[in-house]
Amino acid sequence: MADLHIPDALLVKNYVEGNENALATLIKRHESKIYGFIYSKIADRDISNDIFQDTFIKVIKTLKSNSYNEEGKFLPWVMRISHNLIVDHFRKNKKMPMYRETEEFSIFSVMSDDSLTIENKMIFDQVEVDLKKIIEELPEDQKEVLVMRMYQDMSFKEISELTGVSINTALGRMRYALMNLRKIIDKHQIILTN
Amino acid sequence: MAKIYSKKALASKNLKPKKEVVSFLLNYSQALTVVKTKGKSFDIIAN
Repeated sequence: MADLHIPDALLVKNYVEGNENALATLIKRHESKIYGFIYSKIADRDISNDIFQDTFIKVIKTLKSNSYNEEGKFLPWVMRISHNLIVDHFRKNKKMPMYRETEEFSIFSVMSDDSLTIENKMIFDQVEVDLKKIIEELPEDQKEVLVMRMYQDMSFKEISELTGVSINTALGRMRYALMNLRKIIDKHQIILTN
Repeated sequence: MAKIYSKKALASKNLKPKKEVVSFLLNYSQALTVVKTKGKSFDIIAN
């Protein structure tokens, strides 16, 4: 608990001087913000973990080589590193092979537009709003599991650890949540289509 | 095939990296030594 009162700058200084525990404290203090920031852009937990790891590898290398100067604050600096890695990730994935149009090959055979039309997008948004309202009707324990699983992309193991119940209980709550959702949808004859 | 209507809520709170990732980083940090000589920097990783 005493660690919470040590400013980042001092922890960084301690770490540079060889105190490995200082790094553990820094990671623990900021992991949620940094990982949340990465996940908000990437929306994939595995890739977010990779980028989080690469971010801190850069942080560790920079600190260990004494190249860090405390001009700004530690957290904004780390966030900037992760932001750059996110940009790199998107840039890397954007690279596509080049196709040239010939008589036998039409470029339109490999191009398609999967994005929703304006009408479908409106329906999709409406479905989303309706669904959130229905979820609000669920009992608290079932709602909690469903939201963690579907909206926060957590595994049942993580849910069970966080809520303090067994995996089987979490699975059961999810099952009842889905059954109850169907019941509510049937009862009110709600149509969820897109 | 059941249709999934929910979309992931982004930037949700309480998200944390995997424990394995944090543990890897701490071990990596312990193993790494950076040596600078004549303007060049070398990374040494102890096994």
